[in-house]
Amino acid sequence: MTKQLKLILSLVLLAVIIVGGYFVATNKSGVESSDEKKIGFIYIGPPGDHGWTYMHDQGRQFMEKELGSSISTTYIEGVPENADAVRAIRKLAESGHDLIFTTSFNYMDQTLEVAKEFPDVKFEHATGFKRTDNVSTYAARFYEGRTVIGHIAGKMTKSNTIGYIASFPIPEVIRGINAFYLAASKVNPDVKIKIIWVYTWYDPGKEADAANTLINQGADIIVQHTDTFAPCQAAEKAGVLAFGQASNQEDFCPNAHMTSIEDVWGDYYTARAKAIVEGNWTSTDTWGGMDTGMVKMSPYNEKILSAELIAEAKALEESIKDGSTHSFAGPIYNQAGELVVAEGSVADDGMLAGMMFYVQGIEDQVPQ
Amino acid sequence: MISIVPRGSSSQLMFILAPIFAIFLTLFFGAIIFAFMGYSPFAALKIFFISPISNAYGLSELLVKATPLALIAVGLSFCFKNNIYNIGAEGQLTMGAIFGGGVGILFYDVNSFLILPMMIIAGGIGGALWASILALLKIKFNTNEILTSLMLAYIALLILDYLVVGPWRDPDGFNFPKTRSFGESGRMPILFDGLRVHFGLIITLILLALSWFVYSKTMFGYQLKVSGYSPKAARFAGFNKNFLIFSAFAISGAFAGIAGIGEVSGPIGLLYRDISPNYGFTAIIVCFLGRLHPVGIIFASLIIALTYLGAEDAQLFLQIPASVGFVFQGLVLFFLLGTDLLVNFKLRLNTLNG
Amino acid sequence: MDSAMIIGIINIIIIGTTPLIFAAIGELVAEKSGVLNLGLEGMMLVGAVSAFVTLVITGSYFMALIVSLISGLLMSGFFAFLVLYLIANQVASGLALTIFGIGISSMIGKNYIGTPIEGLSPYFFVIMSFVIVILVGYFFKKTKTGLIIKAVGESHNSAHSLGFNVIKIRFLSILFGGAMSALAGFYISICYAPMWQEGMIAGRGWIALALVVFATWNPERVLLGAYIFGGVAIIQMNLQAFGVKFPGQFFNMMPYLVTIIVLVIISGNKLRIKLSAPACLTIPFNKNQ
Repeated sequence: MTKQLKLILSLVLLAVIIVGGYFVATNKSGVESSDEKKIGFIYIGPPGDHGWTYMHDQGRQFMEKELGSSISTTYIEGVPENADAVRAIRKLAESGHDLIFTTSFNYMDQTLEVAKEFPDVKFEHATGFKRTDNVSTYAARFYEGRTVIGHIAGKMTKSNTIGYIASFPIPEVIRGINAFYLAASKVNPDVKIKIIWVYTWYDPGKEADAANTLINQGADIIVQHTDTFAPCQAAEKAGVLAFGQASNQEDFCPNAHMTSIEDVWGDYYTARAKAIVEGNWTSTDTWGGMDTGMVKMSPYNEKILSAELIAEAKALEESIKDGSTHSFAGPIYNQAGELVVAEGSVADDGMLAGMMFYVQGIEDQVPQ
Repeated sequence: MISIVPRGSSSQLMFILAPIFAIFLTLFFGAIIFAFMGYSPFAALKIFFISPISNAYGLSELLVKATPLALIAVGLSFCFKNNIYNIGAEGQLTMGAIFGGGVGILFYDVNSFLILPMMIIAGGIGGALWASILALLKIKFNTNEILTSLMLAYIALLILDYLVVGPWRDPDGFNFPKTRSFGESGRMPILFDGLRVHFGLIITLILLALSWFVYSKTMFGYQLKVSGYSPKAARFAGFNKNFLIFSAFAISGAFAGIAGIGEVSGPIGLLYRDISPNYGFTAIIVCFLGRLHPVGIIFASLIIALTYLGAEDAQLFLQIPASVGFVFQGLVLFFLLGTDLLVNFKLRLNTLNG
Repeated sequence: MDSAMIIGIINIIIIGTTPLIFAAIGELVAEKSGVLNLGLEGMMLVGAVSAFVTLVITGSYFMALIVSLISGLLMSGFFAFLVLYLIANQVASGLALTIFGIGISSMIGKNYIGTPIEGLSPYFFVIMSFVIVILVGYFFKKTKTGLIIKAVGESHNSAHSLGFNVIKIRFLSILFGGAMSALAGFYISICYAPMWQEGMIAGRGWIALALVVFATWNPERVLLGAYIFGGVAIIQMNLQAFGVKFPGQFFNMMPYLVTIIVLVIISGNKLRIKLSAPACLTIPFNKNQ
């Protein structure tokens, strides 16, 4: 080792010590003094995905606006649904957050794990089913929106063939397909539904391919249960009709878009944060439908839909809200022809939550 | 002109200096980027490198994250030393999780100290089996392992997907795509109360030490090195090429499989999609950063793990988006890889046209 | 099924397969020169986002194409500098390039997600993909430069002693690969699914990488392979829509399984693989060594 190198090495080490020392010395974070409540969010994707995470972020911003300076919010985006999630959730809990929303199903056990360690912090887990004293769960009855679009689709289709792009065969998606089909076949017994599972929530290219395949097979309406607006765009290009998902997609396909099912979390988030501010938060299980405003229909496209049909759709919305219409009102048969919901009754939440069968009339099998 | 001249032997000094140099470059360019983005450079760098490990929990998390990376990387070094480009450790990890996790699910309600060792062994076997497919394909059919290992990684992920959606779905889980939780006997013991660092760390350290021993003290390790460095020499020396290929794959597969079962029986506790945040792919970078050497791999795994934790903290405390974290991580890697040059080469300023 | 439907299916396959061809043919040239660039996914993302953002700002498809190509040259030029001048490990550098590309693309595109644009017709680029493949094939078979690139990939030491500038040739080959990846990205965000979404390449870079080996470094076979990959994906969607259901995961495995099987068949012939696989792939070159 030459002398110069030794010198360089010592200089470098010295510099490391000085810089490191600076960091350590300044590593004192200011202590929060105000009594403002901190609300944290864990996101599965980027807030700009224009789908699932985007709508949660819209909810967060709405809450901020409503509650003003009594709260402040933080989010961590792109948190994978594995062991990393515990650390992310825990960091929010540790850094003084009073209420933490974990916005994807597979954060379930991770949320519970952190909640156990921080009994004073309150947690809200989206779409899960495990609750404790400081963990609530919340989800939306999106299938109610599917009933409305099913009704519209049944009336609007000319080829009697509707293309349905589905993500993964989980109860949430199957429930949507059934609700859609029940409503569509009620107004149009000849309606047929073609389903393509793309096994992703998020791949614009693949979603467009699926939409084009369905259109090529004669579908004149495209329904999606995936996250991007590619299917709606493909429909626009091919000159057929479509429904959007999660957020209002009108801008991307103005001539194809009839309406979207929107996820609206703002009211719920505001109410829960308010409960924290007022100190009366309790653990609850919320499965909110159109009546709570969690599920909303985007403005109906007047260029495509007749005033009459729009009025029908709005009336259907109202009757879902007041409970006179239920998406799964009996009699409902499964594909084997067995009665699963009797005439005069409706499917209970347990059946809906774990729904893994198609109703009678869907000419397809649930992939296993 | 500056020309690059090989050193006779690797420079020990540069071995230590190069990473320090890289870190300085990163700090410098990182500061510029953060300032450009409108964040305070000092605060950002502090959040990235100091804040994540400023308490016991942070240090424990660093180890939780580094454990699978180091274990997979040292396994891969057996392949890379032999010039076998097994880039499908993600698949071997997944197979390990499936085999080991399968045992865990089967005995979820049994209480016995035998269950965890059985899971770990099953995990190792699962990973090794998956990798031996690659070995057989290469030996028997001369297939390119870069491609086959990548393909098998995707296939393994889809098999896991099939199992958690289908036959292994939790009967009490409302048909959501996940299995039931392993029993207490199927979980890695926690090393310190309240922290997540688990027994997998000990296994990793043992296997790292064992790998070092194999490389430096055994004939097998010597043969691996020679056949990687000079296949011709290895042929002349009469080494069994196929045996070396097979064992390199099997070892790396087994290590990745154990990392997989360590992850699911450690911090996770059940099987579902997305059990690994691309540990198998990140470990490839760790392996090369650590210069295929067990000690280097330890440091590399810690550095890479730190950049992940730093990116999370940067989001939380400074609202720096996750994407900036990725950019910064990419820079760290570029500098570390770039300055690697100094270890085996020296720069010479040429006065003449060289 | 009538002929109109078959034409429709073929149309969907062609549109979806084209980006794979662009990315794979670029990577093929880089690999022929002896450099493996695993950063395809990252370069495609950056190509896609820079094209999209430029289009939104300038409204010009031509500018979008130019800026996208430049972004590919920059990304790949940086990679080339690392692996050629700093002799960094190619596998690790390529993976790092992908991480960097994921980050920088979402940084650039942050404010442009959900901006509607008018998509461009894909057919010009579909034809272009065939032309490029044929030109690259001709280039390697008939031109002197093509032969030199092959020689560099076969044995950089002999090429060097014959007086060829190994580093320069590799640098240019990598740049070509980068430009083609960016073109693939441009095609995806402007023609195929006209939008910008983070991570919208969705693994196509890795499939393109697989294609190169699948094609045993033969340009024309890249076309064939790409259409097999693309075709299987679309045909399975058609079967699904006809009500034929498989466990979806097993069907999704098909492209990967088919690749392995084809690879086994091709690689079994040792002579053929020897004729096509660049012997110096991933091996660094230093003229002073």
